[in-house]
Amino acid sequence: MLSFYTLFYKEVLRVWKVSFQTVLAPVLTALLYLLIFSHVLEQHVEVYPGVRYTAFLIPGLVMMSILQNAFANSSSSLIQSKITGNIVFVLLAPIAYWEFFAAYVLASVARGLVVGAGVYLATLWFAQPPLQFPLWIVLFAVLGSALLGSLGVVAGIWAEKFDQLAGFQNFIIMPLTFLSGVFYSIHSLPPFWQGLSRFNPFFYMIDGFRYGFFGVSDISPWFSLAVVGSCLVVLAGFTLALLRSGYKLRL
Amino acid sequence: MFPAVDVCQVHKHFGSLHALDGVDLRIDQGEFFGLLGPNGAGKTTLINLLAGLALPDGGRMSIMGRDVVKQYRASRRLLGVVPQELVFDPFFSVRETLCLQSGYFGLRSNDAWIDELLHHLDLADKADTNMRRLSGGMKRRVLVAQALVHKPPVIVLDEPTAGVDVELRQTMWRFIQQLNRDGHTVLLTTHYLEEAEALCNRIAMLKRGKIVALDSTQNLLSSIAGCRVKLRLAAALPDALLPLVVEQKEGDYILELPSYEAVEPMLAELRLAGVAVQQMNLEQPDLADVFLRVVGKGES
Repeated sequence: MLSFYTLFYKEVLRVWKVSFQTVLAPVLTALLYLLIFSHVLEQHVEVYPGVRYTAFLIPGLVMMSILQNAFANSSSSLIQSKITGNIVFVLLAPIAYWEFFAAYVLASVARGLVVGAGVYLATLWFAQPPLQFPLWIVLFAVLGSALLGSLGVVAGIWAEKFDQLAGFQNFIIMPLTFLSGVFYSIHSLPPFWQGLSRFNPFFYMIDGFRYGFFGVSDISPWFSLAVVGSCLVVLAGFTLALLRSGYKLRL
Repeated sequence: MFPAVDVCQVHKHFGSLHALDGVDLRIDQGEFFGLLGPNGAGKTTLINLLAGLALPDGGRMSIMGRDVVKQYRASRRLLGVVPQELVFDPFFSVRETLCLQSGYFGLRSNDAWIDELLHHLDLADKADTNMRRLSGGMKRRVLVAQALVHKPPVIVLDEPTAGVDVELRQTMWRFIQQLNRDGHTVLLTTHYLEEAEALCNRIAMLKRGKIVALDSTQNLLSSIAGCRVKLRLAAALPDALLPLVVEQKEGDYILELPSYEAVEPMLAELRLAGVAVQQMNLEQPDLADVFLRVVGKGES
């Protein structure tokens, strides 16, 4: 148990030591999105009746930051360790594959939640979305960041170079995030794109998360919970199997 | 008593390369064991398999009786490995690095032993320095300290003195020898054959994934009978001695003699021919000779 805790602590300490880049930078990025989108669209778009566009946008931006940072945390930590070679210290230690998994994923969850909280607090100055069901908010934040943290572990193990990881981020994570309803409700999309969005797990994470704020969502939060939960179980199982086999870590 | 290291018919392939080809090796507790071989012979592969950094394609391996695959957690607790590559985590200081490593091995309060390690490896004044700011030799010593945080009964050192200056090398060997006297088993790979000769009680030589020699250092050395004589002569070497020449450079000759008894007849031959000896050295065979004979010239 101490092995797991130490590895988790190491990951958190690493984030803390470069918090300017790991926490402050993503908060600033989210604020820029908010400033630009809300300035351009505030007068033109009303997604939910009686909700200002800026207020609607905030939960999406918070969740987007949570997901992206959770992914960035495990994936970049692993690829850095692999490229510099210091992953050997973890591999030489009596750390079980599931402890390895838990430490990296929970550190991703921690970073996701801290960045998410930072974005939320920073955006409060512009608009204050209601907090209808805080438990749903926390639940989707934790499940979503765990899902992306686990995906980050897979990407970090699979990638052998930084540009492969960047490809993963730019061609999978970014499109799925932007096409998930961060900036809009899928009801405003044409039917084809609406249908396609339903195959995007990010859509359920954002929609469920937003439900916690407004008590309104595009789809039942229970259904979103089931989708996100199932995705997490499947991906975690896959990641654990990968770690257990030693894929690309133990040659 | 379990052997410290037991390797039984281990095979490892990398694509078409048969990196380890049925290696058998047994190292008893308390030994100071040397693993030698040319580059690419499979030394590091064997160590990686023992440490769980790679998985074998066939065969069994255990550390103090614990199977390295099936009982990997137990076997890793019993093993400390100093990797060959100079790796470090740039985020942390020396002390943080050692505390984290202790934690990975399940040790909560290990400060006393960490302080002792820092002292023995001349790192005490660098304890709070970031790893990035250390010289190569110091990073190497931190790697040694990391391998020892959990006081493993079996210590593996893969080329530990590469890039370390003479003084520090002495400090490090004194400490490792002390650990060996205290009962730790040491497995060493090195390119410095004189180090292996001075330190190891037993030596295995590896070539193309196979063990080609395995004996006590003493037996390996005495397996090469005879000696070499280096001569500087005032005139040319008499014809009768020409078959003994292994090397010639201007007036210097190196002769290989089957035994020490052959020295006197050689001198008699020179006297008879009236050739004066200006300089003479008798060289005993060392591990390098054994290595070259076993592993083959041009491959070291």
